[in-house]
Amino acid sequence: MASAQATAPPVVTAVRPHRSRTVPAWVWALPPVAVLGLVFLYPLGLVVQESLAPGAYAEVLASASFRDALVTTVWLAVGATVGCLVLGFVLALIVAFVPFPGAKAVSRFIDVFLSFPSFLITLALLFVYGTVGMANGLWTGATGADAVSDGPFHFLTTPWGVLLAEITYFTPFVMRPLLAAFSQLDTAQLEVASSLGARPARIVRRVILPEVLPALAAGGSLVLVMCLNEFGIVLFTGAKGVTTLPMLVYSQAILESDYAAACVVAVVNVALSVGLYAVYRAVSRRAGA
Amino acid sequence: MTSGIRFDGVTVRYGDTTVLDALTLTVEPGEVMALLGPSGSGKTTALRTVAGFVTPSAGRVHIGDRDVTDLPPYRRGIGMVVQQYALFPHLRVDENVAFGLKARKHPRAEIPGRVAEALEMTGMGAYARRHPRELSGGQQQRVAIARALAIRPDVLLLDEPLSALDAQLRSGMLAELARLHRELPDVSILYVTHDQVEALTLADRISVMDRARLQDCGTPQELYRRPRTAFTASFVGNANLLPVRVGPDGVDLAGTALKVPVGDAAPGAAATLCVRPHLIGLGEGPNALRGRIAEVQWRGATHRLYVDVDGHRVKADVRELRDTPPLGSEVTLHFAPEDAVLLAAGVNDG
Repeated sequence: MASAQATAPPVVTAVRPHRSRTVPAWVWALPPVAVLGLVFLYPLGLVVQESLAPGAYAEVLASASFRDALVTTVWLAVGATVGCLVLGFVLALIVAFVPFPGAKAVSRFIDVFLSFPSFLITLALLFVYGTVGMANGLWTGATGADAVSDGPFHFLTTPWGVLLAEITYFTPFVMRPLLAAFSQLDTAQLEVASSLGARPARIVRRVILPEVLPALAAGGSLVLVMCLNEFGIVLFTGAKGVTTLPMLVYSQAILESDYAAACVVAVVNVALSVGLYAVYRAVSRRAGA
Repeated sequence: MTSGIRFDGVTVRYGDTTVLDALTLTVEPGEVMALLGPSGSGKTTALRTVAGFVTPSAGRVHIGDRDVTDLPPYRRGIGMVVQQYALFPHLRVDENVAFGLKARKHPRAEIPGRVAEALEMTGMGAYARRHPRELSGGQQQRVAIARALAIRPDVLLLDEPLSALDAQLRSGMLAELARLHRELPDVSILYVTHDQVEALTLADRISVMDRARLQDCGTPQELYRRPRTAFTASFVGNANLLPVRVGPDGVDLAGTALKVPVGDAAPGAAATLCVRPHLIGLGEGPNALRGRIAEVQWRGATHRLYVDVDGHRVKADVRELRDTPPLGSEVTLHFAPEDAVLLAAGVNDG
């Protein structure tokens, strides 16, 4: 009779990974937290603290200059965003779907354009549409007017000039995500829609637009936030009657040395921006950006 | 002629590359024409000239009595189904099907009825309120077909419509397409595929394409039983193509005399003998070919034998063998004289 012999399972010893030093994980969090706190949170805290001076909020929020700046900031930001969305959508459609020589180069240039400083665009517009710019020069040459400043183009120093500059500068920020979304579109859908009898306008409206809506919303939200905080464009256009919240902060803090009022305006501006940024993040997540 | 498609010397060139070379072909009203060929043969380009997505460099395209060569796609009155379904993901199934009707500005009151009819026809009536992402591949393809049929097109273009489906679904969809065609006998269908089974199953006629040219055209039976070119014989049914020399009473294959109908072939001329693998038997019989087993593949109900005969590899599909012959063993194959076709020229051995 054969005897069964029980065999003990082999002993498995878990091998711990060798560590030369044991540094608690929280230690690694210290440098970024310290930098963040020192460079960003502490100054922001100071601004909030300064804004809490007695009566500062009541005084600033009740002032006509603040209300004007708030209204100007919001309508310029909303107007520029709408302009960027319309122009960006149309231009991105052309770049993506209308075959023309150099379309790829234009697409690459949009990436480069995003790296340009905002004042550069404003400066370029000043050269073209400024009071003594090219457009007025051409007018003077054509009509024989005495001075270049007699030309008809003076809108650059008005809110419309700021609006034009912001639309010019921020439109690529809408185009970039749109072009990425267009590249993901199934061209077979467009062809099938066409074969079913849809004309190009219907295809744009009923097929393309609904599918790229998240990208459009993400681009628009980003532009809205950036326009709310835009300082360089407003300053460089020299539009005297145009005071936005960032410009008000500048004038209160630097020109009038009223830091409490400047900080109140800044806190309101930050609250507006953070709120809109939250919307932007939510939309971006939905768009998969 | 009220519908149907006519290619009249249609050529498509991109620079120096000709992707469709002088295609002349007529799809009769109510006919299913399969364009069959390998990748790059020009079959999809031909379909796209009918759809209006490719403009011919030369030639004209007619749908029915209309010359549609210069018409934009949305004015051609066609239905189209593509490989990846191309359903609109943001629209429900019923909205997808209604898309063409709305684009063509059909009376609003008629649209729900037409949508329901198209969905019922494809067995998708119960899925009208779902979005495409909630459907399987086969269901999405049915919706794509319903969408194309809802506009009641005279011409239906199917561009590899079953390629994205697995084998079992494909087989089921083939039967569905055949049924749909019986229900819509007036619709001309241009069916692009690289799958010979789909073409043989569904088509009234098959146009075989290769290297941008139409190689052969005929009914499935004609192409399968009496192919006119070596390419057709090889692509449709993967036939054996053996280089032979025509004799007075048959052909000569490397010294072996074979009795086959030679037709008008001149004695002494070089020709290609075409024999289908499943028409070759194992063992002694007429037209015996002796060779050595090079490879054996089990295919369930059959075994495929690869036998080297006088330097030529012959494929034979025989009923499942109880004892498979060992590699290198000598075997004898045979085939009936009437099962062979003699092709004029162009040896394509292998």
